Amino acid sequence: MMDAAGGIPLEHVIWFAITLFLIGVVGILIRRNVIFILLSLELMMNAAAVVFIAAGAFHDQADGQVMFMFILALAAAEVAVALGLVVQLARRFKTLDIDAASEMTG
Amino acid sequence: MNLLWLVPTFPLAGFLILCATEGKLPKVVTACIGAGSVGLSAIVAALVGWEFVTSDSTSCSQVLWTWMVVGDFNVSISLYLDYLALVMVGVITGVGFLIHLYATGYMWDEEGYSRFFAYMNLFVFAMLLLVLGDSLLLLFLGWEGVGLCSYLLIGFFHTDPENGYAARKAFVVTRVGDTALILGLFLLFREVGTLDIQQSLDGARNIWPDGSTMNSAIALLLLGGAIGKSAQVPLQTWLPDAMAGPTPVSALIHAATMVTAGVYLIARMQDLYLLSETATLCVAVVGLVTLFIASFTALVQSDIKRVLAFSTMSQIGYMFFALGVGAWSAAIFHLMTHAFFKALLFLASGSVILALHHEQDMYKMGGLWRKLPIPFWSMFIGSAALAALPFTSGFVSKDAILLTAAHSETLGMTFWGVAVAAAFMTSLYTVRMMYLTFFGETKTEPHDKSKANMWLPLIVLSALSIGGGWLGFTVLQTLFGDKGVHFELHLKELVAIATMCVPLLGVLVGCVLFATKVFDRKKLSDSALGKAVGRFWFVGWGFDKVYDTLIVNPFRWLARVNKSDAVDYLFRFTTLVARIFHNLLTVSQNGRLRWYALTMFSGLLFVLIVVALI
Repeated sequence: MMDAAGGIPLEHVIWFAITLFLIGVVGILIRRNVIFILLSLELMMNAAAVVFIAAGAFHDQADGQVMFMFILALAAAEVAVALGLVVQLARRFKTLDIDAASEMTG
Repeated sequence: MNLLWLVPTFPLAGFLILCATEGKLPKVVTACIGAGSVGLSAIVAALVGWEFVTSDSTSCSQVLWTWMVVGDFNVSISLYLDYLALVMVGVITGVGFLIHLYATGYMWDEEGYSRFFAYMNLFVFAMLLLVLGDSLLLLFLGWEGVGLCSYLLIGFFHTDPENGYAARKAFVVTRVGDTALILGLFLLFREVGTLDIQQSLDGARNIWPDGSTMNSAIALLLLGGAIGKSAQVPLQTWLPDAMAGPTPVSALIHAATMVTAGVYLIARMQDLYLLSETATLCVAVVGLVTLFIASFTALVQSDIKRVLAFSTMSQIGYMFFALGVGAWSAAIFHLMTHAFFKALLFLASGSVILALHHEQDMYKMGGLWRKLPIPFWSMFIGSAALAALPFTSGFVSKDAILLTAAHSETLGMTFWGVAVAAAFMTSLYTVRMMYLTFFGETKTEPHDKSKANMWLPLIVLSALSIGGGWLGFTVLQTLFGDKGVHFELHLKELVAIATMCVPLLGVLVGCVLFATKVFDRKKLSDSALGKAVGRFWFVGWGFDKVYDTLIVNPFRWLARVNKSDAVDYLFRFTTLVARIFHNLLTVSQNGRLRWYALTMFSGLLFVLIVVALI
C-alpha cells in the first residue's frame, strides 16, 4: 500500500471521498430545501477535489492541486449564481421547497 | 426547315397568354389569340411543308434541347418531320384552324370563352408534339397531353355532373390503353435500348429480322394504346359519351386530334408491325370489328352527334383495317379525307344544333333544308363523302382501302366482304341522318344566327371534302412510296365495281326505306325482334353494360365496403406505436428536479457497473 500524503494511504482517501460524495448524492435526493441541496452539491464537489489532491500527492505532481484551484473557483462561481437563483425562488414561490418549482412537466 | 419549332410554339403561346390573362381580355381579342395562334401555326406548317416537299430529303429533324440524360439514356426534345408527320401536321393545323375559327362564333354566348380557347390551343399543341416528337417519350408526352385536354374539354360545361362523368369516363378508359402503351414502351426500351423512334425501329429490324414473340408483344401493347386513344373495340365506349363537350370540341377530337393519334402511332411504328404477322392481323381485326359494330349502332341513334360519333368510330375502324392489311398510305389518306369531311359534318351539325337552341335529337328536327341552306349543303357534301359516293374524297380513300383489302393475302375476300357490308351500312345511316334532320316535316323552327366566321369554315371544308381526294392519293402514295405494301390495281373487275356500287346501293335503299312509304319501317321496329335488336344496337352492343357489371359496379361496391380502407390500418398502427412511446416518455418528464437527479445517478451507476463487469 502506497502513501498518499502524511502517511495516509491512498485507498483511505478514496473511500473517504466516496463516502463524502454519496452523502452529497443522498442529500440532493432526499432534501427538498434548496439551500441544503446546494450544500450537498458543494460536498460532492469537494469529494472530487479531495481525490485530486490525494492523487497529486501520490504522483508527486502539482497537477492535482492546480485542479483543486479550478474546482475552488468553480464552486465560488456556482455559489454566486445559485444563491441568486435561491433568492429568485424565494421571491416567486414564497418558499424554498424545490418541488414547488416543478412547472416544466411534460 | 428551321421554322419547324414555331409550329407547336404558336398554340402553346396562345394557351399561355389565355391562361395568364385569366379571361380578362375582351372577347374579340380572345378570339383573335385563340384562332390566330393556330392559324399562324398552319401558315408556318404550310411554309415548312412546301420547303420540305421541294427539297430532296425524305426526313429531317430539329434538335431543340436535351430533355434528360441518365447514364446512357439520353432523351432530347427534338422534332422530326417526314411525309407522315407532314400530313398529320397539315391536318391538325389546317383543319384545327378552321374548327377554331368556327368556334369563335359557336362559343360566343357561352361562359368561359377564354378558358375554352386556352384548352383548345393546348389540345392542338399536345397533338403537334405527338406527331412531331422524335422520341417515343416526347410522343408519350403529347399523348398524355391530348388525354388531359380531352378530359378538360369534354367536361367543359362543368356545371352538369353528367358531363363530368363523361369526361372522367373518357380519361379513365383511354388510361387503360395508355397503360398498355407505356408497358410497350418499357419493353421496347429494354430490348432495343433507346426510345428514339427511328433508332428503335432500326434496332427492332436488327434484333428481330424475322419477327419474334417479343416483337409481337410490343406491337400488341402499342396497339392497346392506339385502341384506347382511337376508340376501337373494346375500349370504344368513351367516344359516344364524349359528345357531352361543345360541338367544336367534338369536331377537333374526331377530325384533327385525339382519335387519329392511334392511327398515327401504328403508322409511325409501321416497321415493328411489318415484322409481326400476329400484330398486323390483330390491327385489321380490331378495325374490322369496330367498323362493323359502330355502323350498326349508328343506324338506330337519335342524337345527331352520337350518329356522328359512331360514324367516326367506324371510319377509324377503316383506318385500322387498312393499316392491318398493309394499305399504309391508304390509311393515312383516309385519315386526311376523314378529317375534312368529319370536321365538316360536326361543324354543320353544330350550326343546326345552335339554330335549334341546342336541340340534338334528330326526331325533333326535320324540314330544315330550305331554312338552313349553308349547313344543309355542307352536311350534304360531308355525308356524301362519309358514304363514299363517287367524286368525293371519301370515295377515293375508302376505295383504296377496300381494294387493297381484297388483294391482301390472308383472308382477303372475307375482310373485303365485311368491310363492304359495313360500307353499305354507312350509307344507310348517313341517309337516315340526312333525312331525319333536313327533310320531312318541320318540327322545330330554326333561328340561324351564324356569321361569316361560322360559314366560312363550312365552305372551305366542303371544298376540301370534295377536292381533297384528287389532291391526294397518287401524290401521297409516291411520297410514302418505298414503305409498306403496295397495292396494284389489276383486280377482278367485279370486285372493283362492287366496291364502287355498294355505297350507292346503300343510299338507294336508305332513300326507299326512310323517305318513301314503300316499306313500313314502323312495323319492323315495333316487332318484338326489331325492338330487341334496335335496343341492343342503340346501347352500342351492350359494351357499357358489360363494363358496368364487370368493372365499374364491383369497384364501386368495393369502394363502399372499404370506405375506411383496410390498408390504412397498417399506417394507423405505426402512429399508435409512436403515440404509446410518446406517452411513456412524457411520464418521465415530470418537472421534479430530484427525480431527474435520481435518474442521472442511476444512469451513472448503471454505466459504472457495466464498465466494472466488462
